[in-house]
Amino acid sequence: MSTIIRKASIMGGDPADIRIEDGQIVAVGVNVGGADVEIDASGLIALPGLVDLHTHLREPGGESSETILSGSRAAAAGGFTAVHAMANTSPVADNANVVDYVYRKGLEAGYVEVRPVGAVTHNLAGESLADIGAMARSTAAVTVFSDDGKCVGDSLLMRRALEYVATFGGVIAQHAQDPRLTIDAQMNEGAMSAELGLAGWPRVAEEAIIARDVLLAEYTGARLHVCHLSTAGSVEVIRWAKQRGIQVTAEATPHHLLLTDDLAQNYNPLFKVNPPLRTRDDVEAVRRGVADGTIDIVATDHAPHGSATKDCTWSDASFGMVGLESALSIVQHALVDTGLIGWADVARIMSTTPARIGSVDGYDAPLTVGSLANITLVDPSATTVWGADKLAGRSTNTPFTGLTLPGRVVHTFFRGTHTVRDGSIVELSQAGNA
Amino acid sequence: MKHFISTRGIDSATAIRLLDTTADMADVRQRDVKKLPTLRGKTVANVFFEDSTRTRLSFEAAALALSADVSTFTSKGSSVSKGESLKDTVQTLESMGADFIVLRHCDSGAAATLAQSGWINAHVINAGDGTHEHPTQALLDAYTLRSRLFGDSARGRNLAGVRIVIVGDILHSRVARSNVWLLATLGAHVTLVAPRTLMPRDIAAWPVAIVHTLDEALDEGVDAVMTLRIQKERMNDAFFPDAAEYTRFWGMTTARFDAVRANTLVMHPGPMNRGLEIAGSIADSANSTVRDQVSHGVAARMAVLYTLLGEDAS
Amino acid sequence: MASKVVLSSPDIERALKRIAHEIIEAQRGRHDLVFLGIPTRGVVLSERLAQLVNDIEPQHIDCGVLDVTMYRDDLRTKSTRATTPTTIPASGIDGKTVVLVDDVLYSGRTIRAALDAVTALGRPAAVRLAVLVDRGHRELPIRADFVGKNLPSSVDERVYVQLAETDGDEMVGIR
Repeated sequence: MSTIIRKASIMGGDPADIRIEDGQIVAVGVNVGGADVEIDASGLIALPGLVDLHTHLREPGGESSETILSGSRAAAAGGFTAVHAMANTSPVADNANVVDYVYRKGLEAGYVEVRPVGAVTHNLAGESLADIGAMARSTAAVTVFSDDGKCVGDSLLMRRALEYVATFGGVIAQHAQDPRLTIDAQMNEGAMSAELGLAGWPRVAEEAIIARDVLLAEYTGARLHVCHLSTAGSVEVIRWAKQRGIQVTAEATPHHLLLTDDLAQNYNPLFKVNPPLRTRDDVEAVRRGVADGTIDIVATDHAPHGSATKDCTWSDASFGMVGLESALSIVQHALVDTGLIGWADVARIMSTTPARIGSVDGYDAPLTVGSLANITLVDPSATTVWGADKLAGRSTNTPFTGLTLPGRVVHTFFRGTHTVRDGSIVELSQAGNA
Repeated sequence: MKHFISTRGIDSATAIRLLDTTADMADVRQRDVKKLPTLRGKTVANVFFEDSTRTRLSFEAAALALSADVSTFTSKGSSVSKGESLKDTVQTLESMGADFIVLRHCDSGAAATLAQSGWINAHVINAGDGTHEHPTQALLDAYTLRSRLFGDSARGRNLAGVRIVIVGDILHSRVARSNVWLLATLGAHVTLVAPRTLMPRDIAAWPVAIVHTLDEALDEGVDAVMTLRIQKERMNDAFFPDAAEYTRFWGMTTARFDAVRANTLVMHPGPMNRGLEIAGSIADSANSTVRDQVSHGVAARMAVLYTLLGEDAS
Repeated sequence: MASKVVLSSPDIERALKRIAHEIIEAQRGRHDLVFLGIPTRGVVLSERLAQLVNDIEPQHIDCGVLDVTMYRDDLRTKSTRATTPTTIPASGIDGKTVVLVDDVLYSGRTIRAALDAVTALGRPAAVRLAVLVDRGHRELPIRADFVGKNLPSSVDERVYVQLAETDGDEMVGIR
């Protein structure tokens, strides 16, 4: 079957037609001929399929809040064609069995490429290394290792992990949070936590770990990826590390590009997230960090939680926000519409670079002839009043309800398969035969 | 006012009216017939997820003095220990007819969450939430101060120009937070005293002066010193080295007491660690307001219940 | 709606004098009067009545203020009313004749609350009621012992009392 996308602006540039056959892009330009299916994409921007380096799909163990299938659908709705499923499931993805299970379920769902992330330590306990080699050599071929949700706090263990993972060509994605500095921490430590009487999560708890880790990365010569950095000081540390030539990459989440800690004012647990929302100065610094390349990528940290874990006091509530469906709109709102970056940069920070960090094939030459047909078509002129009805996953803990957000994902193609059509998720017949 | 969650945002006129109403309630407490029919037919549910016998008894006495029916729920030995949530507990109590929920909870913001969640329609009174606020304590403290300082001419007055030092674990103190907002609204000059480990960060916007030793604060001359209870376990968490050193720098000792003006009031929200944050002889002295604070607690809580009742008007 | 003066300042003075005489007559020489005014204007009227009674027949008369707010039966349907302090003589009211004083008697509910409030304060020998104006429309079986002026009115009308001490001006009007 062949498909032609007509007159899409290629990463914000000149309009062109894209011809897809057998899951590949076979022609880009004018006069690409006719096809079985034609899509009028005038006014739409064509981006390479988005790649999320930081997703919680909750399966196995947390199926009441998300499953690999429901999370895959949410990802497709947000324009993603690949996601990295974090290891903090139950059981933990610290061995080849679990990562292979997640990988296989991703294939069955068929909406996106699900790349399991392996745990760094057994049971995320921070005490002994997980089965890193076995996971790297499993069917899932894990390359990203993370104890996300928990920090690898022990310096010796972090050194060994960096060295050992490098042995298999992988990367450690560190959740930078000094455990002792953040006992019982509930929100950013500052004026708002002082007023609300909530235990503070000080910025230094993140910055100190990042500083230690970049030095360990330099010393060991290993690659380090820093998850969801949230403070102006963290941006400075990464900038310094990159100037020294240290192999470090960094990510920011959409919510840290937009929201601030004063949203905790009414103790609404929808704004409880880890790392916490910071101040306006931090948001500005993180945006500039993305714009100048200090921060390499935007990743969602999509963290679905059932209503019971958000319908309670702030302290009782779980940390986390869903973010797959809203990510591109938030990036457009915070970075593109503010003039900080262009659409080609969006392709870089949300597709090409995260694919490179995660060693995901098929994204190195976006929207060119011969590459996989992972394509997202976005209408940048659309606006949406955000709400739970815009979500496709199982949980509704979005912090953006009520905001008017720009941009809408109109079509998503995953290896040529139409997963989102005219803004609606396409029902695929399951078992990977799409 | 539908709920009583925080002293922050209570305007000056409302604060003075609450103090005046407290005075009227205190008068009733002196009568032969100490009961008012004001809340007849209403039910006040005291919901205590955190143990505090004295606060619970004070709210019970206040509700009974206004002729309310009172039901009390404490988490000890209840289904809460089996994992029943705040939401389920208060919804059950409301189904049983509670018009007022008096909530004591170990989580900061629990009362605010209850008031805003839409789980219930009842009035919510914050009887202490984590390390956030304890607004009825601040009301009774301000009332105690005003009546001790101004006596018969107290009615209608604020606390303009009154100098108050609050010393102790400001970081973890809901009493301190509620007092800061209310006392500032009433025009008092508030000075907070604590080692840097027990002082919240980034409070430059608070309407207070901040110093780090008690002597420094007392040198300025004060009308009242409010000593806060120090939790002994803070020593183990490296907030300060030991009890002796705490007393030396932040305790209300007899030596400090002898050095201040003779009529300086000494307050404590209780329960006291005698000999740690306050010397026993000071707590028992004529300058101490400790017993007044306890007795005024009932009147202050009556005033709050009465004030919220008016909100039921459609 | 047109406003009409019902009692002028001299009318009010005459009415109060007459009430004072009636009170003395009703007392028949027993000197144990306590005037309790119901805020706000009842307090002013009670003080004036006490003075008038003393002018006619010199004696010791106690005055006080009776705040009935907490005893009202409409607390849950009206927004919160500010309370005022209740003051009674140091010797109390037990065994005395309490004269409740208010400006306008209407539904009777304020007086009902006042009777409860008095009961909470002690056990008087008798409780009497003096009002400047009785405008009718009682909702409870209550009547005044001493009335300055009976003023038949419609429920749509508003009877208002102004006194020099509280309002600057002095009159009773209807509109």
